[in-house]
Amino acid sequence: MPENTGQTKIENPTFVIGVIRWIVRRLSSGRHALRRQTILKVGLIIVFLFILTTGLTQIEGLTPYHTTKYRDAPRLQGPSASHLMGTDQLHRDVFSRVLAGGKASLIVAFGAIALSMTVGSVLGWISGFTGGFLDRVLSLTMDAIYSFPSMILAIVLVAMFGAGIGPMIWAVGFVYIPTYFRVTRAEILQVRETTYIEAIRAVGASNTRIILRHAAPNTVNAIMAVSSFNLADAILTVAALSFLGFGLPPPAPDWGFDIQNGQKYLQSGSWWLITFPGLMIIALSLGFGLIGEGISDLVNPKRKRKRV
Amino acid sequence: MGGISRYIAQRLLLTIPMLLILLTLVFLILRVMPGDPVLAMLGGRNVSPELIEVYRHKMGVDRPIPVQYAEYLNGIIHGDFGKSFRTNKPVVWELFQRFPATLELAAFGLLFAALFGFTTGVLAATRADRPIDHAVRIFHVGSFAMPLFWLGLMLQVLFAVKLGWFPVASRLGGRIAFTFEPITGFYLLDSLIRGNGEVIADIAKHLVLPSITLGFALTGLLGRMTRASMLEVLDQDYVTTARAKGLKERVVILAHALRNALIPIVTVFGLQFAILMGGAVLTETVFSWPGVASFLVRSIEARDWPAIQGSIVFIAIFISIINLIVDVLYSVIDPRVRY
Repeated sequence: MPENTGQTKIENPTFVIGVIRWIVRRLSSGRHALRRQTILKVGLIIVFLFILTTGLTQIEGLTPYHTTKYRDAPRLQGPSASHLMGTDQLHRDVFSRVLAGGKASLIVAFGAIALSMTVGSVLGWISGFTGGFLDRVLSLTMDAIYSFPSMILAIVLVAMFGAGIGPMIWAVGFVYIPTYFRVTRAEILQVRETTYIEAIRAVGASNTRIILRHAAPNTVNAIMAVSSFNLADAILTVAALSFLGFGLPPPAPDWGFDIQNGQKYLQSGSWWLITFPGLMIIALSLGFGLIGEGISDLVNPKRKRKRV
Repeated sequence: MGGISRYIAQRLLLTIPMLLILLTLVFLILRVMPGDPVLAMLGGRNVSPELIEVYRHKMGVDRPIPVQYAEYLNGIIHGDFGKSFRTNKPVVWELFQRFPATLELAAFGLLFAALFGFTTGVLAATRADRPIDHAVRIFHVGSFAMPLFWLGLMLQVLFAVKLGWFPVASRLGGRIAFTFEPITGFYLLDSLIRGNGEVIADIAKHLVLPSITLGFALTGLLGRMTRASMLEVLDQDYVTTARAKGLKERVVILAHALRNALIPIVTVFGLQFAILMGGAVLTETVFSWPGVASFLVRSIEARDWPAIQGSIVFIAIFISIINLIVDVLYSVIDPRVRY
C-alpha cells in the first residue's frame, strides 16, 4: 500500500501518541479530509453525544428523576408526559435510567478494545516480524480462538472472572485479541518486504527500533478501522453479558440488565421496559459502526468510489 | 476421485492440531486462569475448608496441572466429559439430547439469513447507486448494531403477546408436548414422519420467531457480501455473453451471476457458523429453546463446572468439523478447485 508510507513520518516514538496524532491529523488536515465524510461525522456526533449524556447523568440531580432512589411513580405505567419512557415495577422512572444506563457499556467497550488492541497488535508485530516457529504457534493459537464463537467465549470468561466492569473488560478484551493480531501481522508481513525497512536495517537499526518506529506506525490505519467496528460489536457483547446477568449489580441502571428485568413483564405487555434501553444500544453500536465505515472510506478512498 | 479422498485425509490430519490447540485453550482458560472452579461452583457460599477439599478432589483439581491435562484429553478421546453436578447424568448424554434442537434452530436461522441476505444483496447490486441500493446498505449496516436478545424480545412482544400469531417461546405447545414422541430430536422432521397436521403446524409456528432472531445475526453480513460479490461478477464477460445469448435477465442474474457470486461467501461459512452459534446462546435463552447453548448458560448460572467444560469442548469439536466440511464442500461448489 503506497499511501501508507507517509505514516513513517510520525516522529514521536510512543505508539499511543502516534495514534492520537494520527486522529488529529486525519481530522484536521485541510478542510478536505472531513468534507463529504458524512458517515464519519454522523458516527462521531452520535458517540460524542452518548459519552456526554452518560457522563453527565452519572452526576446526581442531572437526570429528571433519581435513577435508583426515586420510587414514587405509579407502577408499570406506559410512557406519559411526566415519565417519557414509562415506569418500571419498582416505581422508578425508565427515562432517567435509560439516560444513565450506558456507563458499563462505554467503560467496558473502551477498556476491552484498549486491552485487545495493545496485546493483539504487539503480538502481531512480533509474530509477523520474527516469523519462524513462534509465528506459526501464535498464528495457529489465534486462529483457534478466532474460530470459536466470541459470544460464548466472553460469557464463559466472565463466568470465570466474576460479574462486574473489571471482569467484563478482561473477558471482552481477550475475545478481540486475535482480530488485532491478524490485522497487524498481515500488515507487518507486507511492510517487512519494503525497501525502506531494508534500508533502515542496513543502517544497523535494532529489531525493536524497526518495529516500533518504522513498521508499527504503518499498521495504524488498519487498526483504527478495525477498532471502531470492534467497539460497535463490544457494545452488543456487553449488553448481552449484562442481559444474562453478568454486568453491573442491581439497582445500578444498565441497559442490558434493565432489558432482562423487563422480560419478566413482557407477557403483560409492558413493552416500554425493553424497547427504550434496546434502542439506546442500537444507536450507540451504530454510531461506532458508522465511524468504522467512515474511517475505512477515509483510509481507502477506492473503497468508497467502488462502493463495495 | 482419488484426489479428493486424499485431500479429505490431509484436511482431517490438519484438523487435529487445530482441535488440540482449541481444547488446550479451553483447558487453560478453565483451569489455569485466575478463578477457582471449586470456589466459583460453590458461589461464595460459606462452606468449610474440608468440604472444599472434598470437591477439589471430586473434580480432580487437586492433582498437578500436567496430570489434569492428560486426564482431560484422555476423557475427551473416550467421549467422557464427566458428569453434570446439576443433573448427575453424563454431560455427553445431556449434550446429545439437546444438540438436535440447536441444529434445527441453526438450520432455519441460516435459511432465513440466506433468503433475506441473498435477496437484499442481489436487489442492491442490480440497482447499484439507486435509492433502493442505499436503503438496503443502510439496513445491512444497521443490522450489525442489532442486539439479538432484544430483537427476540421485541418479536415476542409484537407477534406473540400483542398479535398472538406465534407462540412466545419453547419448541412445542403445552398440549402437544404431552403426547409428542420425538424420533430423531429434530421436531419438524419428526412431526413430518408422524404426519399429524396439527403437530406439524404447531412445531413450525414455534420455529418462526427464533429462526428470524438467530438468522438476523447473519443477514447483514450475507447481504453485504452478496452485494459486493455480485457487483464484481456482473462485470464479468460470461454475464455479458449470457445476456447476448438473449437469456432472460432473471436467468442471467440467478443462474449465471448469483451462482458464481456465492462462491466467496461459502468459503467463510465456518466463521459465519461461529457467529450463528454465538447468537444461539442469546436466542435459545430468550425463547427457552432447549438446546446446547441454553444448556451452557444454565450450567454457568448453576456453576456446574463439568457441564460448562463439556459444552465448550463439544462446541469446539463441532466448529472444527464444520470447518472441515466447508473446506471439502468448497471443491464441489467450485469445480475449478482441484486437489
